[in-house]
Amino acid sequence: MFFNNLKPLHGNVYVNETWCKGCGFCVQFCPTNVLDISPGYNAKGYHPPYAKTPERCHNCLYCQMICPEFAIFVKGDDECVKGETNQ
Amino acid sequence: MSTLNDIAQFKQVSPMSGILRMERMPHIWCPGCGIGSEVNSFAEAIRRSGIDQDKLTVISGIGCTGRVAGYSNFDSIHTTHGRAIPVATGMHLANPKLKVVVFSGEGDLSGIGGNHLIHAARRNMDMVVICNNNFTYGMTGGQVTPTTPGGAIASTTPYGNYEYPFSLPFLADAAGATYVARWTSVHARNVTQAIEEALARKGFSFIEIISPCTTLYLRRNRLGDGVDWLQYFQENTVIKHGCDTRETAIDYQGKIVIGKFVDKQKPTYLESVDKRYVQVVGDDYQLYGKTVPEREAEEKAEQERIAARRAAALAEPEAGA
Ligand SMILES: Cc1ncc(C[n+]2csc(CCOP(=O)(O)OP(=O)(O)O)c2C)c(N)n1
Ligand code: SF4
Ligand code: SF4
Ligand code: SF4
Ligand SMILES: [Mg+2]
Repeated sequence: MFFNNLKPLHGNVYVNETWCKGCGFCVQFCPTNVLDISPGYNAKGYHPPYAKTPERCHNCLYCQMICPEFAIFVKGDDECVKGETNQ
Repeated sequence: MSTLNDIAQFKQVSPMSGILRMERMPHIWCPGCGIGSEVNSFAEAIRRSGIDQDKLTVISGIGCTGRVAGYSNFDSIHTTHGRAIPVATGMHLANPKLKVVVFSGEGDLSGIGGNHLIHAARRNMDMVVICNNNFTYGMTGGQVTPTTPGGAIASTTPYGNYEYPFSLPFLADAAGATYVARWTSVHARNVTQAIEEALARKGFSFIEIISPCTTLYLRRNRLGDGVDWLQYFQENTVIKHGCDTRETAIDYQGKIVIGKFVDKQKPTYLESVDKRYVQVVGDDYQLYGKTVPEREAEEKAEQERIAARRAAALAEPEAGA
């Protein structure tokens, strides 16, 4: 899965539930299915996403790029360095 | 995973701070509208490009897409309907040191502003035009536009569209654009790369981004929601770089040809002006109070500063990472 024994990166997702309009883009297009629609509502009546399997987030940033509301962003773990291997 | 519902704090730490006028968020776009996704790509492309953000100008016409100028935290102008390109042309000619970006809808750019589009392309005017094509006049209630596919329902064609639509890449190419690309709003990384390439080059660059208008085009045609259409983009786009733009027509719910179709060098409008007047007046010829070699030296110095900033931006982790 990971070439040359590369260590997978890990990211943390931050969601601004207030701005989310529940379009579902981040949930649908996350390549590792980290996110899911939460059962709760925000003040506008939309269901914002939540990280169901946060450990699977590889910091690819696609959810951040596709969110039309600028309501989600991802920060990489400090200890994860791009290009580091397991050896 | 965290929720960050403290809005003041979110605005500060969001990678869009500095790029967007955060005090104007949340924006007016509907749930599932593709314009916001494109703005993310635009922001990332600006960051990576290394251009001086104080020399960037964003110009929009009227429409839902036209709101981009008002939301971006750069010098920006929200012009009258259809007139983004002439205003951009004026900005560029008044101060060629500015990087001029037009971000507007297909109705604005190819309908009421269609003549401006073809003439700026014909002159190879140095600007980047980003055209959000959602197949409808979104802001005014979903009328038919010059790109609405045949058969699609609009408020003005309730029994299906019977007009022949424009293929915008073909139009821009035929008129003389030197960079022409088409992507969809689900192709976030390709859109970013296209805008980055366009910001780095000289001449007229035209980037069409096909995107969902959930409230009008999708609902009226019973095509589902935004997710359904992004999936349609994933399944029904064919990447054909260098494709003859005559083969880029879009049929209703058919395959969409995407990619970079044109990328060529040709003297820009101002370079052609210089060339002609050096022939007529000789080496003493000045424009903006400077001779051609003086302006070329200034531009070279700016290119070096851009390259240094770009190297620094690329060395940093991606926005937010
Ligand atoms: C001179 C003039 N004519 C008509 C209008 C009405 N009008 C406002 S927005 C718009 C359509 C914009 O469509 P498009 O450029 O496709 O943008 P979208 O809303 O789809 O993003 C029209 C016709 C206007 N504001 N000014
Ligand atoms: S950064 Fe990538 S992997 Fe992580 S939640 Fe977002 S889309 Fe999923
Ligand atoms: S992409 Fe953004 S607006 Fe859409 S559901 Fe996810 S967080 Fe909400
Ligand atoms: S009307 Fe259409 S284009 Fe305008 S904001 Fe809504 S979905 Fe987007
Ligand atoms: Mg439109």
